[in-house]
Order: sequence, then structure tokens, then C-alpha cells
Amino acid sequence: MFDNPNLLKAVFGRLTLESFPYHEPILVGTFAMVALGGLALVGLLTYYRLWGYLWREWFTSIDHKRIGIMYMILGIVMLLRGFADAIMMRLQQAMAFGGSDGYLPAHHYDQVFTAHGVIMIFFVAMPLVTGLMNFVVPLQIGARDVSFPFLNNFSFWMTTAGAILVMMSLFVGEFAKTGWLAYPPLSNIGYSPDVGVDYYIWALQIAGIGTLLSGVNLVATIVKMRAPGMTMMKLPVFTWTALCTNVLIVAAFPVLTAVLALLSLDRYVGTNFFTNDFGGNPMMYVNLIWIWGHPEVYILILPAFGIFSEVTSTFSGKRLFGYTSMVYATVVITILAYLVWLHHFFTMGSGASVNSFFGITTMIISIPTGAKIFNWLFTMYRGRIRFELPMMWTIAFMLTFVIGGMTGVLLAVPPADFVLHNSLFLVAHFHNVIIGGVLFGLFAGISYWFPKAFGFKLDPFWGKMSFWFWVIGFYFAFMPLYVLGLMGVTRRLRVFNDPSLQIWFVIAAFGAVLIAIGILSFLIQIYVSIRNRDKLADLTGDPWDGRTLEWSTASPPPAYNFAFTPVVHDLDAWHDMKRRGYTRPLEGFKAIHMPSNTGTGIILAVLSIIFGFAMIWYIWWLAAASFIALLAVTIGHTFNYKRDFHIPAEDVVRTEGERTALLAGVAR
Amino acid sequence: MSNVTLNGVPLRMAQISAVIMTGTTLKRFLAVAILPFLTMLTACNAVVMSPSGDVAAQQRDLIVISTILMLIIIVPVMLLTVFFAWRYRQSNAAARYEPDWDHSTQLELIIWAAPLLIIICLGALTWMGTHLLDPYRPLDRIAPGKLVDKQVKPLQVEVVALDWKWLFIYPEYGVATINELAAPVDRPIDFRLTSSAVMNSFYIPALAGQIYTMPGMQTKLSAVINHPGTFEGFSANYSGAGFSGMKFAFLGLSDADFDKWMADVKAQGTKLDRNAYLELERPSENEPARRYGSVETQLFTAVLNRCVELGKMCMDEMSSIDAKGGLGLAGINNVHPLEYDKYRRRGAIFAPPATFVSRICTTEEEERMRAAAQSPLLSPRDTSPVLGAGLPRPTAPLFGAQRRPSNS
Repeated sequence: MFDNPNLLKAVFGRLTLESFPYHEPILVGTFAMVALGGLALVGLLTYYRLWGYLWREWFTSIDHKRIGIMYMILGIVMLLRGFADAIMMRLQQAMAFGGSDGYLPAHHYDQVFTAHGVIMIFFVAMPLVTGLMNFVVPLQIGARDVSFPFLNNFSFWMTTAGAILVMMSLFVGEFAKTGWLAYPPLSNIGYSPDVGVDYYIWALQIAGIGTLLSGVNLVATIVKMRAPGMTMMKLPVFTWTALCTNVLIVAAFPVLTAVLALLSLDRYVGTNFFTNDFGGNPMMYVNLIWIWGHPEVYILILPAFGIFSEVTSTFSGKRLFGYTSMVYATVVITILAYLVWLHHFFTMGSGASVNSFFGITTMIISIPTGAKIFNWLFTMYRGRIRFELPMMWTIAFMLTFVIGGMTGVLLAVPPADFVLHNSLFLVAHFHNVIIGGVLFGLFAGISYWFPKAFGFKLDPFWGKMSFWFWVIGFYFAFMPLYVLGLMGVTRRLRVFNDPSLQIWFVIAAFGAVLIAIGILSFLIQIYVSIRNRDKLADLTGDPWDGRTLEWSTASPPPAYNFAFTPVVHDLDAWHDMKRRGYTRPLEGFKAIHMPSNTGTGIILAVLSIIFGFAMIWYIWWLAAASFIALLAVTIGHTFNYKRDFHIPAEDVVRTEGERTALLAGVAR
Repeated sequence: MSNVTLNGVPLRMAQISAVIMTGTTLKRFLAVAILPFLTMLTACNAVVMSPSGDVAAQQRDLIVISTILMLIIIVPVMLLTVFFAWRYRQSNAAARYEPDWDHSTQLELIIWAAPLLIIICLGALTWMGTHLLDPYRPLDRIAPGKLVDKQVKPLQVEVVALDWKWLFIYPEYGVATINELAAPVDRPIDFRLTSSAVMNSFYIPALAGQIYTMPGMQTKLSAVINHPGTFEGFSANYSGAGFSGMKFAFLGLSDADFDKWMADVKAQGTKLDRNAYLELERPSENEPARRYGSVETQLFTAVLNRCVELGKMCMDEMSSIDAKGGLGLAGINNVHPLEYDKYRRRGAIFAPPATFVSRICTTEEEERMRAAAQSPLLSPRDTSPVLGAGLPRPTAPLFGAQRRPSNS
């Protein structure tokens, strides 16, 4: 039976033994490491009998705090993968001079830079941003959970499913070799007949469902579930930025879904949306994907701006300067985010008027952004600045981000873009704003809210190590790329002729090594902090003298967040409560209505992985079966009436009593 | 703002910058401030900052001016960040502490207005620069102060990006080259570009900014090289496995050297006809420079319209048939299965086998028609005012002109 090719094809689609890259030593080594690590993890979990605990308390949890934390873990794990790709690229480009071909063949190198971009945006930055929003937003607005708790769990697992599909492409088949946006015609079936682009499409489609639903969820949460008294202009700034980001997600991600659907129609059923012949137009794809892609940039950076606002205000011990203009700046950026997409392809032959329009709208975005920088500046002015880790990240951000902003506006001048488009100058620019803006913001946010999530602070020594290695590493890694861009070096090149370029690539590679030490320090920081958690413990729930509602509850917060829904009178609600001598209520607790855990999210995600995998490999029977199963489970879930329960009043009394005792201990 | 001519002489970037900066003192100061940065870059061979073509030089000027404009706001912000962070540190009890101060209308006005003013300047610069340096706009000068001579016809070059090499066709000379491009110094070059398979971007940093080459579409680029020499050209948009090797030499030659070079190319016996092109089109990497002494006329048009294969209908023909209502049901029968296939598999899994639409008139008939319909060359010099592409150019001066008689 094994020599019947038709039968094999019917069962396995285009999956054959050759699909497994056992002949590529780098991949075999990686696989061995991942497999050993995975086995060790599974062994440990089994040994300590943690599977049941994980399933009950985490995987099926609909608690927004736990989902937020799982998003963060996903982001950090994927950061390691994305960074491994980065360091492979840096090494290749530092080596491939003077006739040397480097160590990566084109087949491998082209996958590496594609995977790096896709992973860093979709599976590092997005989960980290979404994770923080998930964790913080309900706490900041005094809510007990998000509007749709099950949807939240489902969104997380769909994002994870996408990440798993990308990771599978490492060991089964290959990933796309098209660059992270997969422009056709290169990504069309004629020029990319392999499974790489299909992995790309299905991973993003599945993860995209998660992102879109989580966007809907958070918008609904912020609009409908704010504590009494919290009018829109008393919303904490981070929640404002989260609102704008999720509005952007809801409006932009359907475009990505649509454009990828059209591309898959081209690839699967032979339509001609983006082909060269029969009236297809690849530029349509470029337009559509950037109509999603540019707002995506602001989806990432706006929450980071929110984090910096919270951090600056808290650590300067001051109200945020110009709250109103901060909010308007955020909203203006949200709107303008849709009016600039064409600046990604000035060089595709649009007319001068079109180019100048989009160039100028792009520049206009720098006005509200500049106003934000000034607002942080004047928040520091006449403050009492405590240089804790989050504040250090903020200062590093302010100094780094303005450089990235400046080069960004420079690239928005179309004639300048004609010489800098696709160059390493551009690569340096967007890493300058994504690392110097989003990533620094995420690190500030992680070290700021970590004590809220776990009840102990992060170790400051390793935090500072991580900080300095990241910041200095960033400058070493990307300033040479600015120079190389001005030397006319374009991106995604695998080999070089001009030996005078090499030194700059070597410096950049050195910078990447420094960043690697920064990442390692961050992991050590988490490990050391867990080990020393008693010494670093925060029993008050308010370790930074915070100003917003999340600091009014315990750390970690109880499942129900707030025993009584707080009532808000001022912008910095918790600061206001503290000032007016707020006392915690100690009696009168009632049973609290909460949603129940469910395993449907993870089951649907697993089925989606199977469906995506089957579609990628043309295993039609499996695709049909998993799709039917998906529908069945979804419909089945609607018959699940055991969706909620009440936390009994006694439990609330006990939990709150424990906290009272803790606080009394601190006071003594 | 719309009319960027001064006393009839078109204003260029450097002059615009001088106007905007108003006052040589400021200009001199900024020049001194930016000089070390520039010398550092020139020392490390930053071709973008020291190009050899007039267009690229103006683009460089724009980069420098924009950077200086932005530094006006960036530098104070960076200094203030460091100063405030240090001054208002917790341990400095001497500094004032006003925890409830969170608003100042004057400050708000400044922090919104200052970036706005910079952006207004930059926006004006962008509007003018984008129009003046539009790659589609015929050149009006070949160097600062040197207008294009109307008698000189621009050098026509047709560029085809192939997987993974560059084909250059010189229609006036009837020759073609692979991965080697030459142009006489100070003569405007008029590029028309397309691609055979996937998107690439044609970029010679020393000459001018880049422009994408896309299959089935034509882009244009006007440029001029001012200094003789050998410069690097390459694809600036990733196009697949052979992308890194998609480089070519661009030779800036004196008129005499160019004639000699052209004679050398013409001396080559090989001809680039349709069959040779189809052979050439197949993917190959790191191709050495190659020359063709003669080239089939209309080859570029055929590539652009994706009908190099004999018997395949050209896209422009297809569009014009469709515009007239199409062939109706007969059109369905006008397709044939693809016999020649460059790639492993072209069709999608659930699609019928790949087909092509067969042409209605013969290749020879079509070539005759195209030759007859050739449009005369536009004047190379364009000193018209800068307007939006959709707006008509004024035929008379804006002020003091006689009203055109109205139709009504």
C-alpha cells in the first residue's frame, strides 16, 4: 500500500518524508534542543502533577488577569524565537563578505528574515501589548472582568494557535520566503509554490481572529464597564490608549483578513486578484495590506504611550501634565493612522500630488506625537522623580524615540524616501521606534505592573542589567544600520561585495549580542525575583504610590478584583481616594457573580491548528473533518448553560479578612 | 506656493532652502553644525550623501534640510529630557515640587504650535520637492544653474527586471545589455521600466532615487549623471532567492567613451529576439554582464504587455477589446493551455490547468500597428509650475491675463 502514490497523496496531501528538514543540521540541532526542552518541561509538569492545576486554573481560565499573564508568557517565549532569527541574520550579514557565502543558503536566510518580521510583530509585540491591556484595563476601570470573558480565553488560544503554526513550519516543511508582508506576485502560487506562504496565511488568519475578537472585547469593556463616576475624561490614560488601539484593531484587522483571504483564493482556486495575468493587480494587495499595516504600527505604539504616561506621572509624583491634550493627541493619532498608508510605497510610481498628500499627512502625525513628548516632559517638570526601573525605561524611550521619530518624518518626505526606501536606514528607523518605543514601553509596563500581578517586585539589579544591555545594545545594533542605509545598502541582502561595509555589520552584530545579554538578564531577573519573592514582596498592593484604581486592590488581586465596585470622583482615582482618607470597607460583603471556566477556547484553537495544518498540506479529509468539528464544538458551546457561578460571601469575607490582616501587619 | 519659478528661473532645492532659512547667518551656522556629521559619512563612502547625479544630489539636499529643520525641535527636547530628569530627581530637595500642577494654556499652545510650525515648513518643502523631483517629470536642468538643452534628446533606456538580472534595452541604438548600463555624462536619461515576473526596485544610489519595476506595469524615471565613473546599481526590493546577486554596473561615460562603448556593443553578433528573451527570462543567479548587438524592436512593449510568447494576446489589446464590450462567449474559446512553463507549477490546486488568451492579429501586424502609433517624444525640458497632477497647467500667467472667452 505504501507504493501507491495516489493513496499516499489522499492521506497525507503534499506531506512527504522530504517535508521534514532532517538534512539541515541547524534545524536538526534546533529541533533536538526544542524536543529535549519540551520533554523536560512535560516531565517536570507530570512529576509535580501540575497538569490538572494548569488545565483548571490557567488553560480554561476566563479570568482576564490570568489570560493577560498567559499572553505575556506567549510573547516572551516567541521573543526568544524571533530574536534567534535576528541574531542569525546579523551573523550572516557580518560574515558574508569577500566571496564568502556566509553560513545560510538563500533558502534558509529568506525564511529567517520573513519569520523574524512576522513573529516579532504578530506573536511578540501583539501578545505583549494585548496581554498588558487585558491585565490592566479592567483593573484600571474598576471592573471585575472584561465584557466577554469566554471570548477573551478563546482569543488568547487562537493567537497561540497561530504562533504554534509558525513554530511548526520550522520542523515540518518551511516558512514563507517572501518578506513579512508577502507581496504578490512573489507570494503567489506561481513563484512560491511551496507551503511557506500557506503557513503564513493560515497562521495569520487564525491569530487574526483572536486579535479581532480581543479588540471587540476590550472596546466593549472600556465603553460599558467603567466604574460609576468614571466619565470618559476621567479615564486613566493607559485605558484611553487601549481604547484607541482596540478601535484601530477592530477597524484594521478585517482588512488583513480580507486581503489574506483573496491571496489564498489566488493560491487555492486560481482566481486572479493579485496575479500578473488575466487582469490581476499585485499593487492592490500592497494597498490593502498597508491599509491594515500602517494602523498596526499605532496599534502597537499607542498602549506604549499609555504606559509611559502612567509611569511618568506615578514616578514624578505628579498629575499628568495636559491630560486633555494627551487624550486628544491619542485620538488624532488614531484617526490619522488611516490616512498615511501610501507612504510605504511612494516608490511605486504614484503621482507627485498623491505622494505629497500622504507625505504631509504622515508628518502631521508627528504633531500630536510631539505634544505627547512635551506632556511627559512637563510632567517631570517640578516633580519628584524616583528612578525606579519603569522610569528608567521611560527616560531611555524619550531619548531614543525622538531619533526614530525624526528619521520617520524624514522618510515621509517622498524625495528622501526615494533614496532611503527599503534601505537599512529604513530598517534602523522602524527598529528605532518599535524597540525604542514599543519594547521599552512594554518593559516599563512589565516592571511597573509585575508586583500587581504577582505580589512581589522584580529584582532591581538584574532589571538594571537588562536595561543597560538593551539600551546600549540597541544603539550598537541599529546606529550602524542608519549609516549603512546612507551608504546605499538595501535590506534583505544575503551577501555583499564591498568590504568597507563589513565593519558596520560587525558592530551591528556586536549590538545584537549585547541585546542577547539584555534578554538573558531579563530572564534571570524573573528567576531571581521568584526566588527572592519574600524579600521583594509587596503586601500593600500599592508599591509605587500609584494613582489609578488597580493599585487600590490587593496584589495579586482576588479573582473578583474589587469586593465593592469603586466610585470615581477624580482623574487619578486612587490618588484622590488616598488623599481624602479612604478606608477599606471591612464588612457588608456579598456573594459575587462571576463567569465559569471553560475548555471550549483551547479545544477550538487545537481544532483550528489541525484545520490550518490540513489546508497548508492539502490534506482535504482532515481539513473537512476538523472544520466540521470546529462548527460542532462552537454550536455545542452555545448549549453550555453552566456559564456563571457566585463566589459565596464567606469566601469574599475570608479573602478580604486576609488582606486586612496583611495590611495591619504592614502598618505595624 | 504653487508657482516655484523666480524671475522665470525654476527654483531648486538648495535655493528653496535658502529662501526658507532667510538669512545667511543661520545657514552658515547650521552648515557648520552639520558639517562634522557629513564629513564622517563622506569618509565612509556614503553614496547617498555624496551622489554623482543631479537628481540624487537634490534628494540629498532635501534630506539635509529636513534633518536640520527637525533638529531645531529634537535637540531641545533631548536636552530638556536630560535636564528635567536630573534637576527634578527625588534626592534634589532644592527643586520645586508642585504635585498638582498639571495645566498651562501658554505651554500647551507652545507644545502644539512649535511642531506645527516645523511641519508647515517641512510640508511646503515636501510639496515642492515631491513635484520637482517627481521621477516622471522630465528633467529641466542637468546641474545647478545648467538648464537642459532643448536640442539634446534624452537617452532612452528600457529596463526589464528579470529573475534575477537586469535587461537594458537602448531603443534608439537597437542594442541591449544584461547587468551593465552606460550613459553619457550630462545627458538626461529617460528610463521606462517593467518587470518580467515579480516586483523589484531599480536603484542606482549615485544617480537618482529608486523606482519599482512591476510586471504588467510601466514606471518611469528621469535622471542625469554628472561625473564619469563606475557606480553600483541593484534591486532594492526583495524578489526571491537570487535577489542578493541582482547587481549591475552603471557606467557614467564621456560622450566619446559612450560612443566607443556603444560601438563595442553593436559589434556583438548576438541578437536578442523573442526566443532568446524567453530563454533569458528563466530564473538564473549572479549573471555576468552580457551584450546584444541587436534587439528585436517592440520587445519592451511585448514584455510590458506580457505577450513575448508568440500567439499570446497582449494585455493592452485585451483591455481595449474588453473596453469595447469584450468578445462575449467567443472569448471563452479563445484560451489555450500553457505549453511553456518557467516554474515548477503555475496553477492553483483547485484551478483548471493554466491557460493563455491567444492573440487575434499576428505579431508582425501588431508590430506595424505599434510602430505607426508611436507617440512623438515629449520636450525633455519642463519648467512648468508645480501643480497637482489632476489640475490643468495654466496656459497664461495667473495674474493680469486676459480672460479666455467663455463658451456660454
